[in-house]
Amino acid sequence: MIAHMTTLPDAEKLYAELLRQVRPQVTPDTGVIGIMTGGAWLAERLHRELGIQQPLGVLDISFYRDDFDQTGLSRNVKPSQVPFDVQGRHVLLVDDVLHTGRTVRAAMNELFDYGRPGKIELAVLVDRGGRELPIAAQYRGGEFAVPNEHVLVLDRGDTGNFTLTLSDRHRERK
Amino acid sequence: MKIHIKNGRVVDPRSGTDAIQDVYVAAGRVVAVGTAGAAPADFKAQRTIDATGLVVAPGLVDLSARLREPGFEYKATLETEMHAAVAGGVTSLVCPPDTDPPLDEPGLVEMLKYRARSLNLAHVHPLGAMTVQLAGKRLTEMVLLQEAGCVAFSQADALMADTQVLWRALQYASTFGFAVWLRPQDGFLAKDGVAHDGQVATRLGLAGIPASAEIIALTTILQLVRDTGARVHLQRLSTARGVELVRLAKAEGLPVSCDVSAHHAHLSEMDIGYFDPHCHLVPPLRSDRDRAALRQGLADGTIDALCSDHAPVDEDAKQLPFSESEPGATGLELLLPLALKWGTEMKLPLARVLATVTNNPARIIGNGVGTQAGVLAAGETADLCIFDANTMQRISAGTLKSQGKNTPFLGYELPGKVRYTLVGGLVVYEG
Amino acid sequence: MNNPQLNARGELQHLLSVEGLPRETLLHILATADSFVGLTDRDVKKVPLLRGKSVFNLFFENSTRTRTTFEIAAKRLSADVINLNINTSSTSKGESLLDTVDNLSAMHADMFIVRHASSGAPYQIARHVTPHPHLHVVNAGDGRHAHPTQGLLDLYTIRHYKKEFSQLSVAVIGDVLHSRVARSLIHGLTTLGVPDVRVIGPKTLLPAGVEQLGVKVFHDMNKGMAGVDVVAMLRLQNERMNGPLLPSAQEFFKSYGLTPEKLALAKPDAIVMHPGPMNRGVEIDSAVADGPSSVILPQVTFGIAVRMAVMSILAGN
Repeated sequence: MIAHMTTLPDAEKLYAELLRQVRPQVTPDTGVIGIMTGGAWLAERLHRELGIQQPLGVLDISFYRDDFDQTGLSRNVKPSQVPFDVQGRHVLLVDDVLHTGRTVRAAMNELFDYGRPGKIELAVLVDRGGRELPIAAQYRGGEFAVPNEHVLVLDRGDTGNFTLTLSDRHRERK
Repeated sequence: MKIHIKNGRVVDPRSGTDAIQDVYVAAGRVVAVGTAGAAPADFKAQRTIDATGLVVAPGLVDLSARLREPGFEYKATLETEMHAAVAGGVTSLVCPPDTDPPLDEPGLVEMLKYRARSLNLAHVHPLGAMTVQLAGKRLTEMVLLQEAGCVAFSQADALMADTQVLWRALQYASTFGFAVWLRPQDGFLAKDGVAHDGQVATRLGLAGIPASAEIIALTTILQLVRDTGARVHLQRLSTARGVELVRLAKAEGLPVSCDVSAHHAHLSEMDIGYFDPHCHLVPPLRSDRDRAALRQGLADGTIDALCSDHAPVDEDAKQLPFSESEPGATGLELLLPLALKWGTEMKLPLARVLATVTNNPARIIGNGVGTQAGVLAAGETADLCIFDANTMQRISAGTLKSQGKNTPFLGYELPGKVRYTLVGGLVVYEG
Repeated sequence: MNNPQLNARGELQHLLSVEGLPRETLLHILATADSFVGLTDRDVKKVPLLRGKSVFNLFFENSTRTRTTFEIAAKRLSADVINLNINTSSTSKGESLLDTVDNLSAMHADMFIVRHASSGAPYQIARHVTPHPHLHVVNAGDGRHAHPTQGLLDLYTIRHYKKEFSQLSVAVIGDVLHSRVARSLIHGLTTLGVPDVRVIGPKTLLPAGVEQLGVKVFHDMNKGMAGVDVVAMLRLQNERMNGPLLPSAQEFFKSYGLTPEKLALAKPDAIVMHPGPMNRGVEIDSAVADGPSSVILPQVTFGIAVRMAVMSILAGN
């Protein structure tokens, strides 16, 4: 943890804003898919609070990462689950932090292996900037610039409440 | 050539001598051993070797060294292996008859002896094939082979399935007082096996050779010795029970002697590790318990001699999966270091250690040879090995003179460095 | 002695044997395989993980079945697969094995899947490719020694049906002496803490000192089957059926064949595994092979996922 932690935005407020933006844009038939791990927590809550009828989907994008040759396979790969038909559907892809855009690229590639979605939209809790791909989020809880060498992580407390933390080292992938 | 070897630690296993003395060599023989004043009156050294800090011992006598000639020159040649011998301090060696063709005709033996003599390095004592082509069916012309220079008769590692032929061969050999050297292994029990039938073979999935293969063959041989009175030398024991059987046979008074290879005195099946083809040996490396019994048997005299079981193998034949690789290890240059290592570990006096590689094996080769090897005394042939017992040497392919670089001891630090080897009073190696 | 399967960082460099692999490594492979099992439900059954990588199936011993499973696994990871069936009998001298390996290394192979009739051959190849740290060797069966991916898929199957390893009784039945499958499974079970591993067979088909692998030995199948959770049958090769090891296939079946009557001695929810191909009526009765306890076909499905897990972990290390 580093000093600017005190200035980090309140994750619960960001979530409330995200929920407000997304609510009018979804139907009970929208497919909600969270990217593991933080995005899946977020998607789980959105899915519940938006009253989505389709079951929740989760993606572990480990097999689609573009840095496999540098970092190898993640130690904690979890099975992806998309328990509804993707074909032609409106899909809301959910992640916690939007940074380079590489994770979203991997998630979209994986999603297409389940079928051809009618439309994909991206919802993120926070956009920290630093994009390396032409990717943008349609719904954002907020923006918060973070220097490149830091890692912004979503945590979920025992009561299900969200907090953001900043660490000064790259997250260990292995 | 008159040579004065000064101030060395002279060790003669036969007499038990172990003292700082001078050795005087003239006309191929040791003419005097003793203090500085022991030189004969007219002795004028043409060369003086300062042996301060070195051991002066009889040249080593190796009971089993394959020279690969004739027939297997791609593995090794007489030249390379004879240079390896003297580099290892070995001045006499016995070569088994499993050449190609096998040593089953006097002409082949004469040729080998002639080639070896012309190199003027170590003395070569061939074993004659006991049966034609080593096929285990028809006896060879043992009398003619002996006249050509064979010191005894052997089947080498070839199968001797027919006990009738073995019985007759022992009868025939003993008629003329010839010794027979046999490696006890039942060919049927050993069939297809590549490792000791024990925990390592079980884990690695290697076909096993049970200890019974040796014990049964040994029991058969000892009974036939009892029956025929033949002198038999048992080669390369590998099991604890085998040592016990030889101990009982000797107590009974049977005319048997035996040896163990330097590899088996130090290694066990555990050394195979992850399929190291260098540990693919014949007989197989057995259990730790067997190894302990072999080391003890050698120390208490049940086992008479330590041999190198030198078997140079070309690189290609070792670059194969364990069971397909050719068995054997190079050993001429490791005999002295491995003897010293064993002796140190067993806390034995140096004269006792060196007896297993000098005087004892020389006695087994027998008196028929003419000269008495393995002894350092006035009047005897000056076959000597002068070595530094304390220097440790790292074994590597680059340091081995043998064409075969195949040894499980690559990378080991072993004691003993040969500094001079003398054969017939001439310095044939300086290291 | 360095474990030739692990690199300097303690990661899996080659998969040569289940023996000597830490418990965490085994569990990691099984957990990774979970993620590949689900792929079969998707439109596109492959992932791009090994795109651009070349996987060579080096089969010095013919086995269409095993080769196919590795080929499918590699292709589902988007690797390029090259199959080489190398007839060892056509090469008289020794260079062929390592010469072949040198040639393929020069073609920038990323992974060798090696099947060989001699125990230890993949170790030799692994030693030989040490100068190429990006090259990985997977043992697809060597002599009697090991068949680690089969052992892992057996473990995966057991975990799938039984969840926990710590309370299980597992019986391995038949020709343990010649079985690389048995060795790999037994090491895996003992590493994962299975408290009761049994081998059942005649003395002629059990290797010397097999107890030292951590198993209990039974010669009477009726006793050995009592209360087991998992029955792992082994294949009996044709050439062992008549000779010094066994008098006949019929007599073997009478003593050690898995029949419904013998299976009834196991726990009611016991599962029956077999590495295939089966000799019906020799080691297993059709009524059992096709019966409700049989998990022989799920084993095949899981086998693909386990091999994908192994390849993707190796390729990333």
